[in-house]
Amino acid sequence: MARGAADRMSAAQRLADLIAEHSEREGPLLPLLHAIQHHFGCIDREAEAEVAKALNLSRAEVHGVVSFYHDFTESPDPRPCIELCRAEACQARGVEALVAAAESAADSRVRLKTVYCLGLCSVGPNARLGDALYARLDRDALVALVEAAR
Amino acid sequence: MTVVRISDDALALACGADAVAAAFAAAGCTVERVSSWGMHWLEPLVEIDGIGWGPVTPADVPQILPGTGRGTAAAGSGGGGAPQGASPDGSPQADSPLHHPADGPPPRTGEDLCIGTIADHPFIARQQRLTFARAGRTRPLSLDDYAATGGWVGLDRARSMAPADVVAEVTASGLRGRGGAGFPAGIKWRTVAEAAGARKYVVCNADEGDSGTFADRMLMEGDPFQLIEGMAIAAHAVGAGQGYIYVRSEYPHAIAKLHAAIDLAAARLAPFRLEVRVGAGAYVCGEETALLNSIEGKRGEVRAKPPLPALEGLFGCPTVVNNVLTLAAVPHILTPGGASLYDSLGIARSKGTMPIQLAGNIRHGGLFETAFGVTLGELVNDIGGGTASGRPVKAVQVGGPLGAYTHPGQFSLPFGYEEFAAADALIGHGGVVVFDDTVDMGGMARFAMAFCAAESCGKCTPCRIGSTRGVETIDRIRAGGRAADAVEALPQMHNARKDRRSREENLALLEDLCETMKGASLCALGGFTPYPVLSALQHWPEDFG
Ligand SMILES: Cc1cc2nc3c(=O)[nH]c(=O)nc-3n(C[C@H](O)[C@H](O)[C@H](O)COP(=O)(O)O)c2cc1C
Ligand code: SF4
Ligand code: FES
Repeated sequence: MARGAADRMSAAQRLADLIAEHSEREGPLLPLLHAIQHHFGCIDREAEAEVAKALNLSRAEVHGVVSFYHDFTESPDPRPCIELCRAEACQARGVEALVAAAESAADSRVRLKTVYCLGLCSVGPNARLGDALYARLDRDALVALVEAAR
Repeated sequence: MTVVRISDDALALACGADAVAAAFAAAGCTVERVSSWGMHWLEPLVEIDGIGWGPVTPADVPQILPGTGRGTAAAGSGGGGAPQGASPDGSPQADSPLHHPADGPPPRTGEDLCIGTIADHPFIARQQRLTFARAGRTRPLSLDDYAATGGWVGLDRARSMAPADVVAEVTASGLRGRGGAGFPAGIKWRTVAEAAGARKYVVCNADEGDSGTFADRMLMEGDPFQLIEGMAIAAHAVGAGQGYIYVRSEYPHAIAKLHAAIDLAAARLAPFRLEVRVGAGAYVCGEETALLNSIEGKRGEVRAKPPLPALEGLFGCPTVVNNVLTLAAVPHILTPGGASLYDSLGIARSKGTMPIQLAGNIRHGGLFETAFGVTLGELVNDIGGGTASGRPVKAVQVGGPLGAYTHPGQFSLPFGYEEFAAADALIGHGGVVVFDDTVDMGGMARFAMAFCAAESCGKCTPCRIGSTRGVETIDRIRAGGRAADAVEALPQMHNARKDRRSREENLALLEDLCETMKGASLCALGGFTPYPVLSALQHWPEDFG
């Protein structure tokens, strides 16, 4: 109980710090939302409300921005996330034939997210896990990547 | 001490460059991390005294190091010949269409991997590199390397000139926007320079969302100072004090390099200030007005034009928005004689060089910078070596997801803005994506519509709704039509069609929808999605059921 309250306090403090860090910048909202997403794994209703208050916006405006961009999520997903490129150049190099195997390896433990282009279009199929990139994936390599994802 | 040069570009890293670098370091070599030469099928590419080996794995290190294996003799024997590695893509591809079963797992020697002198390799020797002149040759964050290879000459010269004269040189060079639309850079700059306003901005569009493109990424990671120098020249020319580089979040390595480069060059740039802004995964934010909204902290919705961003751009102030490649071409243009050299290259109204990106199912994929005018067939077959799978080329998409699919029958098309436009195609940002004969073009047409639906900013109806209807119509065509559903069959639904539409009727619907999207969309996302769809239909009708 006391522990939970302390966590909530420190989360609120962390959010306030992030807001203070960014609010004086020109065009603060996007960098601030990135920072919140990075620290908390999502941008929830409370965070939206705090950001709105600090930047003199309505919560609807902030929510409109959060919901527009693929990178921002409204609830956390603690699973490891593998981003698999399924854009044209990776399709030309056979990514679609790997999807079913990757999905079954991911099951519900790993989030398999489709993205469109990682800028490695001559060496696909490609995937990203955090800031690590993987190229020239075949079925075995992709399945191994999914299974090892933490 | 042997100095080994290995790229730290994201593509090299994705292909395992760090492990190779660590293996050379463990063997007692000095490892220098440099930019990528752009021969992607050879990454990780290792360079020792100008000689190259690739694609290298840590296990190959003993074979390559002189004195420890057979690699010593190989150094001379590759002789700049064509790439000859048994497996053009390096790692085995057990179940991918790119696998050559005959290759087997080759017990490789240093000779197998050696390509001879890198600079003499035909893929490099055939290029005319101005924007990518440093590619493979310098350490990306070394100010010494940059200055030793002509860095800052353009900026110093520009700052000694009147701003209007800088604009005049950019105009005279014939440089056009490399982001897709091909608008003359000098004219845009003049508009901003002449606009009234105490505050002006230079914004670099580094959103590079098109599949099949990576030149912006390579430039930001491999030669970030050149982009920064180009932006400082633009700032001097138009009177801007602040610049932003808007980079897509899919490029963490480029973002890190830019942060570091801006810190290192801050004193050079002053009083001009530069900041990186990171996108958030929206393709449409590559559209310049959506990008400005995004920097301002709004939804990435496209703005109606007018007003032009040149007059009312970021925070309502006059703003130059240019692509990475446009801005990175500027330092060279501002060197003595640079503008007239640029103008002397190319064809008709497409002047200078274009960093073309060879991607998809292509044997020799990578970055190929050359003067405009090279034909599509030369790019795909002679330079690219045809498909990586060894199968016949079926289709080539040039210009990203909004570019038309071209047929091998169009391979004589010269690479140029007007030349492609006349063929209902687009050079866009210079991405060339090759498909072999296993591709289903009906599926690709459907993907074009589905991509538009996923990435539409939602501002206008033809794009927001039309793209989804397009997916449905293509599905219907491919399924051989569809009977009236339960609601359509109701007697109250007087206007709903009760009998099955024929294939021809559905095709006519699709074409009609495409015409509406072309004519009535606010930006090129809705307006150009019909091009890949209609070109696929025109050249490969048999793939539509
Ligand atoms: C949907 C869409 C996406 C675009 N994506 C990019 C992009 O990723 N990079 C880019 O430089 N231009 C992109 N553009 C073009 C820009 O709107 C604009 O024309 C360009 O940034 C101007 O710079 P330039 O004149 O140097 O090409 C896009 C346009 C549209 C309609
Ligand atoms: S065409 Fe699509 S992306 Fe462009 S403004 Fe209209 S809805 Fe937005
Ligand atoms: S299309 Fe997959 S990385 Fe570009």
